[in-house]
Amino acid sequence: MTGERAQLGWAAATPLDYLTSHGAKADAIRPLTIGTVAISLAVIGIVALLLIVGLRRARTAPAPGSRLEVMRDEGGLSWLWIGVGLSSLVLLFSIVWTVAVLAEIASPSEKPALTVEITARQWWWQVRYLNDDPSRIFATANEIHIPVGRPVRFKLVGGDVIHSFWVPGLGGKTDLIPGQTNETWLEAREPGTYRGQCTEYCGLEHARMGLLVIAEPPAQFEAWRAHQLRSAAPASGEGAFAMRCGACHAVRGTTAAGMLGPDLSHFAQRRTLAAATLPNDGSHLESWLDDPQAIKPGNLMQKPELTGQERATIVAYLESLT
Amino acid sequence: MSATDFERAPSVARDNAALAERLRKLWETEPGVIGWLASVDHKEIGIRYIVTAFVFLILGGIEALVFRLQLSWSNVRLLTPEQYDQLFSTHGMTMIFLYAGPVLSGFSNYLWPLLFGARDMALPRLNALSYWLYLCAGLFLYAAFAAGFGPNDGWFNYVPYAARAYNGGPNIDFYSLGMILLGVSTTVGAINFVVTFLRMRAPGMSIDRVPILAWGTLTASAANIFAIPAVSLAFFLLWMDRNLGTHFFDGTGGPLLWQHLFWMFAHPWVYAIVLPAMGMVSDGLPVFCRKPLVGYTAVALGTVATMVLGFGVWVHHMFATGLPSISLSFFSAASIIIAVPSAIAVFAWLATIATGRPVVTTAFLFFASFIVLFAIGGVSGYMTGSLPVDWQLTDTYFVVAHLHYVLIGINVFPVAGALYFWFPKFTGRLLDERLGRWNFWTMFLGFNLGFFPMHISGLLGMPRRIYTYADGMGWDWLNLITTVGSFVFAVGVLLLIVNVVVSLKRGRIAGDNPWDAPTLEWSTASPPPPYNFAVIPTVASRHPLWEDRLGTPQKSFTEAGLVLEQGREAIGTDPLDAEPDIILKMPGDSLAPLMLALAGTALFAGLVAHWWWLVALAAVAAGAAIVGWLWPEAKLGEAVDA
Repeated sequence: MTGERAQLGWAAATPLDYLTSHGAKADAIRPLTIGTVAISLAVIGIVALLLIVGLRRARTAPAPGSRLEVMRDEGGLSWLWIGVGLSSLVLLFSIVWTVAVLAEIASPSEKPALTVEITARQWWWQVRYLNDDPSRIFATANEIHIPVGRPVRFKLVGGDVIHSFWVPGLGGKTDLIPGQTNETWLEAREPGTYRGQCTEYCGLEHARMGLLVIAEPPAQFEAWRAHQLRSAAPASGEGAFAMRCGACHAVRGTTAAGMLGPDLSHFAQRRTLAAATLPNDGSHLESWLDDPQAIKPGNLMQKPELTGQERATIVAYLESLT
Repeated sequence: MSATDFERAPSVARDNAALAERLRKLWETEPGVIGWLASVDHKEIGIRYIVTAFVFLILGGIEALVFRLQLSWSNVRLLTPEQYDQLFSTHGMTMIFLYAGPVLSGFSNYLWPLLFGARDMALPRLNALSYWLYLCAGLFLYAAFAAGFGPNDGWFNYVPYAARAYNGGPNIDFYSLGMILLGVSTTVGAINFVVTFLRMRAPGMSIDRVPILAWGTLTASAANIFAIPAVSLAFFLLWMDRNLGTHFFDGTGGPLLWQHLFWMFAHPWVYAIVLPAMGMVSDGLPVFCRKPLVGYTAVALGTVATMVLGFGVWVHHMFATGLPSISLSFFSAASIIIAVPSAIAVFAWLATIATGRPVVTTAFLFFASFIVLFAIGGVSGYMTGSLPVDWQLTDTYFVVAHLHYVLIGINVFPVAGALYFWFPKFTGRLLDERLGRWNFWTMFLGFNLGFFPMHISGLLGMPRRIYTYADGMGWDWLNLITTVGSFVFAVGVLLLIVNVVVSLKRGRIAGDNPWDAPTLEWSTASPPPPYNFAVIPTVASRHPLWEDRLGTPQKSFTEAGLVLEQGREAIGTDPLDAEPDIILKMPGDSLAPLMLALAGTALFAGLVAHWWWLVALAAVAAGAAIVGWLWPEAKLGEAVDA
């Protein structure tokens, strides 16, 4: 299992857990999460204990219909004063703590290093690296590279229905809603691959709408970014790809310029297929091209009906797109 | 009949056989199918509500078991994504709308007039209409599900996924119109509860002597009157967007408009489906502790305060939508503060147990264990109220755990306890206690085994509403445990139903007051006669049947009181002090409510199918039913005797 995890690009045993944190924003939220969990467990413990103490005088039922004594004393009101008083103090403290954390994470400590625009679509993520210089804008999909130790701003655009962008190791969720642009920021403390997931129900393949955030040392990130701007070198299979796939998919520098599906420029560098659903290797790519509906039923890529020859050509071409 | 007939001073007498016989003739429902369909007896309607709600509970439970199999391990392929989506949406719709609300309406319908020493609900025909519409809406929604057109966008039905562009089938049309139909049912029911609370309490039952169940249902009903218009409007606008080409939800801001309208309704609704259940515990638990509830006034005010605050927290369902954090922080604070009135109730229950001498029965076990489940569901809600924490845990299984501790812990457990407690009043027979223990422990252990691990799968990041998940996420074992627990819990619910079926015939005879309980419903026969009370009780305290032992200075009267036997009559009292001020002429049985419900359902079916002729025909039929309903009757003082 560890092997397959590594193939899919992450090593953690619980890649989406939010009790561990790997960056400034998640670091700030984590103590509050753990603190409220601790307060919650304490409250449950106290209530259970008081109930058990209260049951010490419990007795079995007498015959139905028999008259029993009724206790007259009005004692017990002090329980309310003490219990509600203490609860209110804890609740007020929690509000203050909440607002303090909120202020801390409202904006990053320094100016974001770059702005990434994410458009969520059924059921994948379109990623564009924005730049003041239009020639330095490029697109990719489902895998987001960021530099370590620098905050990154995300512009979140709703492409079709509502989705939600969530990388738990780095921070909380923000929805992508059609008709509005939301913003959030994330920062990774150390290099690594962090898994993300759509968390707003968005239809049939909501379950298989994952993403990866790949945090790299700044120099490595800059190299990656520079590489992404390069056009694909002419290769055999380019024509077949443009003809069979180019209506929906684009490859930078070729005639394939479709906008409906993920941009496949530098596809061979990606770690996963179909929004972090399968490892990106030849055999998985073949089975995906054989019948995407068998792997991700309902997704918008119809069975391409390729001949064996065509499939092999296209797989080879895609694997050449480093 | 003269006007003074409403103001005559009724005679005072002791309960006697001749009077009882005369009242029985006046109030009894005619035998036969027609009589059954025409009945407006609140007890009959209450039982129908409870039985129907339990049928939906079973259906919703079966749906859950099917998709729990799908989720029991990674990559199970038992269901297609579409089947899964319809199942989880229908499960939510069923449990929230067709079970949790109606089952409490059922208990309150049955119990309110008995708790109040009244003859019936204030508006008996409206009561019948409320039930028939509920049944029709349930059948309407389930007919769609059976035909493969169940809702597939969750119970919350967010746009634009619910819009025609992304959801082309008739699924959402059925759901939208079914919800509007159900909204009519809930609204008329809520109006009836409010009027009954204000006008139908026995003389002397001032508002500080009302059982907490009544406070719970009153508060929930008042909230529903304000909340339901938002969601009915939202569903109607959505139906127009989908069918008539309007554009309420498809422009900029449309998706958020839907969420505001939906949650302005749906958050108060969550309180509406727990407050009456909390009230049942507040009334039932003290009976077994042999002590009045500690802090009655605080608990009653806490009930109302919860609802008032409950209208100010809907945005916590929208924390991740990108609204400005300064405004979100107010909703975050409100969502945390709303725990204060809940704390009042928790400590009141704990204090009642600790300072009393609890008698352990199955009902007591359900009520007492509920306190812990309430605490668990409460603190997880407090966590979701904290904005930064919610950004992590929203839409994960942590929230699934939270809402099930709320809806099962604070609705199903009290309802099960209430069934053990009031079943003898409903039927004259006790539920079996030995089977009851098996029933309780299976439900309690199964529930916690199934639903507690969901907190952990949530903390480990498992998103909600996914039809499957990859292996290597760390969720497999937790999900397997959850699936096993959900089946154990289902067995527990099955034992409850077995107990009901067995005890209906073979349960021990209960007598009027098997628990030696203090309130008015236990002063009449089990099951109560059609007229509830032969003479109208006069109430002098919160615990009319415990007064001798509590040493209350004034005494209530249940064996002698006002005699009202010139037709179906009830006494109307004023809202605060319950001073009697008028004799109310109560309408008799009628088929009009059923006819109106059927016509309304046909109208909505016509709207789904775009059969405009059916819509027109049904509208005419509905009009005719209303005319028949309102046709002036001499015996109600609406027309002069010929």
